Amino acid sequence: MCLAIPGKILTREGQTGRVDFGGLIRQAALDLVPDAAIGDVVLVHAGFAIQKVDLSMEPEIAERLGVSC
Amino acid sequence: MLMKNSAGAVAALRRAPEFAREVLGDIRQLSERACRRTGRDTVQIMEVCGTHTMSFAQSGLRGLLPDTVRLLSGPGCPVCVTTAADVDRTVWLAHQPGVTLTTFGDMLKVPGSTGSLADASASGADVRVVYSPADALDLAAALPDREVVFLGVGFETTAPLVAATLLRACETGVRNFSVFPLFKLVPPALRAILAGRSHQNDGFVLPGHVSAIIGLAPYSFVADEFGVPGVIAGFEPFDLLEAVRLLLNLVTEEPARIAIQYTRGVPSGGNPAALRMLAESFDPCEAVWRAVGAIAESGLAFKKHLAEFDAARKFPGMPACDAPEPKGCLCGAILMGRALPADCRHFGTTCTPETAVGPCMVSSEGACAAAYKYGFTETSRWKKFGRPRKEATAP
Ligand code: SF4
Repeated sequence: MCLAIPGKILTREGQTGRVDFGGLIRQAALDLVPDAAIGDVVLVHAGFAIQKVDLSMEPEIAERLGVSC
Repeated sequence: MLMKNSAGAVAALRRAPEFAREVLGDIRQLSERACRRTGRDTVQIMEVCGTHTMSFAQSGLRGLLPDTVRLLSGPGCPVCVTTAADVDRTVWLAHQPGVTLTTFGDMLKVPGSTGSLADASASGADVRVVYSPADALDLAAALPDREVVFLGVGFETTAPLVAATLLRACETGVRNFSVFPLFKLVPPALRAILAGRSHQNDGFVLPGHVSAIIGLAPYSFVADEFGVPGVIAGFEPFDLLEAVRLLLNLVTEEPARIAIQYTRGVPSGGNPAALRMLAESFDPCEAVWRAVGAIAESGLAFKKHLAEFDAARKFPGMPACDAPEPKGCLCGAILMGRALPADCRHFGTTCTPETAVGPCMVSSEGACAAAYKYGFTETSRWKKFGRPRKEATAP
């Protein structure tokens, strides 16, 4: 139930943004990640980004998860 | 020290089978070492996350772990721990005039004593599945003549989403929206397990996305007070392999501590914005966990200023239901780490995903559902633990 999928923020207008999940683009609420910006990878759970993902040390994991950084 | 840093995982993705073999080798060695220390023949580790239950099963990792590691599924599925009485109250809500009840799909088929939400829908109640609480709020805005109720089931991962949705409701002035709060908190459940008479958990694989919100500190009592280590783990097979290896390292280390394997998603401080929102919206309260019982401070109640959004207040007269657990169902013992699904006499015979008797079979992420789907027939062999068989019987 606590499934969260990583995706990359494409656009951000206030509390919502468009997020790219390896090609599938969906809207997500960004209320809980106030400092997430375009280009950041976030974990999205039930339509809300819950955390920024730090993939800086793990580019190959990023590739495996379908997000590029 | 056989532990590897995350560079190990990166390299592993280039050569996955070799990585798996290498880590499994370490796991075997480390678990044998731990057994020699404890004088028992298995290291018992418990995960407390339905997504981990499924990932361990689906990836085949569960079957690859050596006999010296016993993996238990604790109370990690919010659907499984929602009581039949709460399901009954939800069904009652769905039948109130003018109500549109919105829920995550997972809750639809969970039976109460008088049926499930799916049954309520079949008998005319307006029940709708939503992907997000924000969608439920949008629905309320689109249906001003209906009272839209969202069924608030979930752990710390999900509760902040509802807090944020209620903030939006306040801002946009949507008043025909409420939430029935049935949230549960993970650390108090761990405390209940550890304080239990007969727990023999050597370590915990801790839930990655709950921890993405709460961080590391709320688990520190597990190590500090009970001397049991834990590892916050990610969800990919390589995450789980690494997490088990790291945990087995910690099992033989003094003093016990909590570590993070899922560093890419879990900063040690969690998500401060979400934590603030939780603290501003809810107060901890006692909650009843299905098949386990009441646990102090393990639920969330709305703060006063949000009381108007509490469905339990908006719809007075909610029945006080008291539904007993199904006879013979071992879910309580399973969730507390005292039994395995195949110990249950209903397992695979009278209880299957189609004819589920207990909550661990209803939820697709439940321990019994996973064991059934992936054919785990391991029983608990209590004798080797020197523990009487009858303790595994649910109250
Ligand atoms: S097999 Fe069914 S009845 Fe037995 S413990 Fe699991 S859910 Fe309960």
